[in-house]
Amino acid sequence: MSNITYAQALNEALREEMKVDSRVFLMGEDIGHHGGIFRVTKDLIDEFGADRVRDTPISESSFVGVGIGAAMVGLRPVVELLFMDFALVAADQIVNQAAKLRYMSGGTVSIPMVVRAQQGGGRGNGAQHSQSFETWLAQIPGLIIVAPSTPADAKGLLKSSIRAGNPVIFIEHKLLYNIKGDVPEGDYSIPIGKAEIKRDGRDITIVSYSRTLLFALEAAKTLAQKGIEAEVIDLRTIEPLDMNTILESVKGTGRLLVVHEAHSNCGLGAEIIARVYEQAPDTLIMPPRRLGAKHVPIPVAESLEDAVLPQPADIVNAVEAMF
Amino acid sequence: MPLTPERLQDAYRQMLIIRKFEETIRSLYQQGKIRGSFHPCVGQEATAVGGCWALRKDDYLTCTYRGHGQAIAKGLNLQAAMAEMLGKETGCSKGKGGSMHFTDPSVGLLGANAIVAGGVPHAAGAALASQLQKKDNVAIAYFGEGAVNQGVFLESLNLAVIWKLPLILVCENNLYSEMSPSHETTSVVETYKRAAGFGFEAMQVDGNDIEAVYNAVEQAAARARAGGGPTYIEAMTYRLWGHMMGDPEIYRTKEEVAKAKENEPIVRCGKRLIELGCTDADLSRLDGEAEAIIAAALQFAESSSAPQPADAFTDVFI
Ligand SMILES: Cc1ncc(C[n+]2csc(CCOP(=O)(O)OP(=O)(O)O)c2C)c(N)n1
Ligand SMILES: [Mg+2]
Repeated sequence: MSNITYAQALNEALREEMKVDSRVFLMGEDIGHHGGIFRVTKDLIDEFGADRVRDTPISESSFVGVGIGAAMVGLRPVVELLFMDFALVAADQIVNQAAKLRYMSGGTVSIPMVVRAQQGGGRGNGAQHSQSFETWLAQIPGLIIVAPSTPADAKGLLKSSIRAGNPVIFIEHKLLYNIKGDVPEGDYSIPIGKAEIKRDGRDITIVSYSRTLLFALEAAKTLAQKGIEAEVIDLRTIEPLDMNTILESVKGTGRLLVVHEAHSNCGLGAEIIARVYEQAPDTLIMPPRRLGAKHVPIPVAESLEDAVLPQPADIVNAVEAMF
Repeated sequence: MPLTPERLQDAYRQMLIIRKFEETIRSLYQQGKIRGSFHPCVGQEATAVGGCWALRKDDYLTCTYRGHGQAIAKGLNLQAAMAEMLGKETGCSKGKGGSMHFTDPSVGLLGANAIVAGGVPHAAGAALASQLQKKDNVAIAYFGEGAVNQGVFLESLNLAVIWKLPLILVCENNLYSEMSPSHETTSVVETYKRAAGFGFEAMQVDGNDIEAVYNAVEQAAARARAGGGPTYIEAMTYRLWGHMMGDPEIYRTKEEVAKAKENEPIVRCGKRLIELGCTDADLSRLDGEAEAIIAAALQFAESSSAPQPADAFTDVFI
């Protein structure tokens, strides 16, 4: 095991995959000599050269599309969007192109491309640099969506994503990059589509992922002091959803809270709750709840941003209201 | 209205106000009083003041995350700007927008934008509205040279020409886009040549010479008001500080920055004023005035209150 940051874990995954697979190459803004604004591609240019660690102009729509073309003919591009918010500049290429080309071609082409981006708020970066887009990307058939919360998961899932052979949106969080954790040595991967129970508990199931997963674990500690044992599930993959792990847990606890930073409205919380009612209608002993960003753009001032984004204390309150 | 020697003194003070605004923010940032990102415009004050002062209050402006200078030069209230930086309820956007989104339609400022090239079509739209309403006000959009590789930018160039919009595009070419030297990412790095290819009246000017910027924008505005269509001005300048706070600046040498300092717009404007008969005492008086204005803005901002959490839920719709 080595104790490294989330950013370093991603860097290792990229390095290791580039070493073993010459088809893997990277594109993005300032990922070369600068090593990426969040240092995820640090030093990779020294090892693999500027051809495979390729700086791009500020042309998201074009370089995502170029990734698609290169993927169609056999390469494995990993494309970095500096902020998830800029996915919208490239939305046509992601939604109308990458997600559908395999299906529309009757399975004759495939798009083994990973689009990496960091998202989320909590830093006062403002409404155009703080959004979370997994929910509406998950609405698009043809995209795999991954959102790890720990360094170990980040490394293992990035490897699986590069190997997946399909378009993967790999979601990082700007406030996770400096979080440290134990990461296994050597080659390992975490399967796509598999959630993990990050804390066992018998009283309530809290489902989350990415940064709010850490909030859920923090809240679970507080709740334990109050006599409530929460089971915390880290989804890790948003699409496809690992419903089995959720259903198993809810069968034991009878209570469910879904927490995410993306806007609550029409969000993943609603989706998971609907599926639990559809697939196991009698398991819940209390109406389930969801917690996400309130339905406004993300403001800058701390007092405002804290009011809009879910906080650990909000999780504690939401859980207590279910007992 | 020409930039007379008297007005040039005011413009010099305006540039100093902008410089001191940014210096104050840097120090607040270092004290941990400012959240989020801050993209200083230090070294680029002449493009801001030269361009905005050549226009009327009812002309429209869009700019970028590096747009504090333009916003202030166009007339944004300094106290409201400072309060916005500190996330206060008295800020120009009540703490909702922050550093990258200064907005004040009462002075024609339709907004700074954090999406590269995002504001360019908005200026074109404001110009279209002016044309449709048979008004004679014009729109100006500021952007960096990195924006010229965005699809929406190129699409807007074409629209502006075919619709003959009263639009002035000012490219602040400071040689770098974030940490990338722009000649590595841009096919025709003299961006005005691209615009000329689209049919723009297009030129390059010395962006650190406030009079050159002023004259170019004034002529462009006169042409636009007379129905002569859009103009593209590439103002060559230099960003003296990093792209943002915390930029390690590994992409350029200290010598390069030191050399650029010799050519920076405030020093140059000071020399020009001396040529025109000002004394050193005049210049330090202007400096003192700028200092006092910034101190008052800071005092106002620091004594303002943070917004209430409930304020987060207003202003979504009218
Ligand atoms: C669509 C989009 N892509 C990327 C970014 C990140 N970004 C912010 S500023 C910047 C560089 C812009 O350079 P330039 O246009 O030359 O303006 P300057 O910062 O030099 O003033 C980049 C890439 C962004 N804000 N929007
Ligand atoms: Mg630039």
